[in-house]
Amino acid sequence: MPVIEKSPEPQSPDTTILRLTVNNHPGVMLQICGLFARRAFNLEGIFCTAIGQGETSRIWLKVDETDKLEQVVKQLTKLEDVLAVEERSNDRDRVREMAAMMARIG
Amino acid sequence: MARLNGAQIIIRLLERQGIRIISGIPGGANLPLYDALAASPTIRHVLARHEQGGGFIAQGMARTSGKPAVCFATSGPGATNIMTALADAYLDSVPLVCITGQVPSSLLGTDAFQEVDTYGMSVPITKHNYLVRSAADLLTIVPKAFQLAGSGRPGPVLIDVPKDVQTEMVEFESWPEPCPVKEHQGENHRSLETAAAMINEAARPILYLGGGVIHAGAAAEARQLAEHSGIPTVMTLMGLGILPSNHPLSLGMLGMHACRATNLAMEESDLLIAAGVRFDDRATGRISAFCPKAKVIHVDIDASEIGKLRPADAGITGDARHAFAGLLPRIQRRQRHEWNDRIRQLQQEYPRFHSEDFAPGRPFYLIRQVASLVGPEALISTDVGKHQMWVAQAYPFTTPRQLLTSGGLGTMGFGLPVAIGAALAFPDRPVVCFSGDGSLLMNIQELATAVEQQTPVKIVVLNNQSLGLVRQQQRLFYEQHYFASSYAIKVDFAAIARGFGMPAYDLEGADDPEALLQKAMAEPGPCLINVPIDIEEEVTPMVPPGAANTTMIGGDYARN
Repeated sequence: MPVIEKSPEPQSPDTTILRLTVNNHPGVMLQICGLFARRAFNLEGIFCTAIGQGETSRIWLKVDETDKLEQVVKQLTKLEDVLAVEERSNDRDRVREMAAMMARIG
Repeated sequence: MARLNGAQIIIRLLERQGIRIISGIPGGANLPLYDALAASPTIRHVLARHEQGGGFIAQGMARTSGKPAVCFATSGPGATNIMTALADAYLDSVPLVCITGQVPSSLLGTDAFQEVDTYGMSVPITKHNYLVRSAADLLTIVPKAFQLAGSGRPGPVLIDVPKDVQTEMVEFESWPEPCPVKEHQGENHRSLETAAAMINEAARPILYLGGGVIHAGAAAEARQLAEHSGIPTVMTLMGLGILPSNHPLSLGMLGMHACRATNLAMEESDLLIAAGVRFDDRATGRISAFCPKAKVIHVDIDASEIGKLRPADAGITGDARHAFAGLLPRIQRRQRHEWNDRIRQLQQEYPRFHSEDFAPGRPFYLIRQVASLVGPEALISTDVGKHQMWVAQAYPFTTPRQLLTSGGLGTMGFGLPVAIGAALAFPDRPVVCFSGDGSLLMNIQELATAVEQQTPVKIVVLNNQSLGLVRQQQRLFYEQHYFASSYAIKVDFAAIARGFGMPAYDLEGADDPEALLQKAMAEPGPCLINVPIDIEEEVTPMVPPGAANTTMIGGDYARN
């Protein structure tokens, strides 16, 4: 296990991690990213992978929206393809590891 | 065991859903669908002349009936043309199911003839959308689309169907049952208690009602609540008709073109009971200055509306009908003499109307005259502009779903096709489309549809030979720098209508305009009436965009 000596970017305490469970089809990422773009919410990071039998996907979002977080969650929940939205701020470290891994890959 | 192709499955599912009329236009990519539609014994097709018209005809059916209506368009330009009607339906929460043809799956993404990314384009303007990958999926997608369109906060759903999916044969055991509309009743006991206590404690409450109350079928409950506790009531443009306009507790429309007394009363209010509204800027003016002394109870079926623009002291997520029914037994019967007297005082200081507004030839006079000719059963569509605001201010609305108007998107060209749709849904009711010379030109081709279908719509064109509301803003806010807001040529709308085979009348220079209007409104089929309106007739009062609602300019009582 490589040791991450320091975070590749300073983590703002305002950053929140959201974990979504979504239907896995080609339009889902568009639905999610489009929502952030048109509602002027900031999206700092996104990681997505199919889970289970491939019927659903897991999406991790790094969101910098302390003041608008409630709206972000409510709007995400409204999307038909979004099956679950969870706030997972305790997983900041895991997301940081993921970001570091991405940085190493280049 | 049934064996059908995708197009046949769609048509059969629409029949089973109870759809009896579909508007649209065929094209290369949806021909299999039209081939299947031709064989339907129960569905009537209404051929529009532009896909936007087709979308709005479906809206006319949906807005009047409250049930999802269906429209068809082909790929590429057919799909792009219908987008405006979908965006309009999205902003006003109108249930539609739009089915578009798409190029065959093998050509998707190749910039094929008449290919656009319909799915991608419709994401931000639909409640949900589908790109169908196989014909078998239609058996779940179509019923689900109706359920989504009609449940909760209604809205448009788009189903994009590649041509090969329409022709793909499927064998299946049984038909899916139409999905029922989902009843939405949140657990709100605590918020109901809080809200009821707030209402009982309030000295100057105001009910602020919008389209969501109409969607929920809650007009009767809203009226009960208002009367039970003596609560003055304002309505958004989308909410007009919830209380009859002559109801003693009705303060009419709020916001940009409200009467002064209404906006001033809201300024004094200590409790806003908002239901089925979204605090739109045209209603609230500068939001930070909107009802500054008021606490807020917000009832909405869409949880994301609560607290979106104005924090709510009590939020009730749910259907307005259930919320009102829950509130009623918890609320004390009150007359609220002091508060209602104060409002009557404001109304005397700033009367809603002035007698000179009703002089012959003036807009309000015409609107009231039409109203008295067509009676309270009439369905009224408007286009967008000055005439729309005059109708909102002066038409004697008596019931919900009577006014059909483009509230959120403000789409010019809305009025005529929506009136056609309304007449298709309610063939026995009079239908009037109030339009303007600017708006009518934006979907004038649907005159052909009205004649072909013999929908008895009466199109009243308030013709000021300009884009009146644009010109008004240039006068008020751009130093009377009039530019691109009046038309240099005069269009003979009566002659154009006759060219489409529609009887038409022109009140310009008429010896007896009243008699002519009466004759026109008595036509058995569709007809157009051109009414010249002075270009200087303004919509007053007006709150400048971005200003507080108490900043009302124009009219006799201008103080600001």
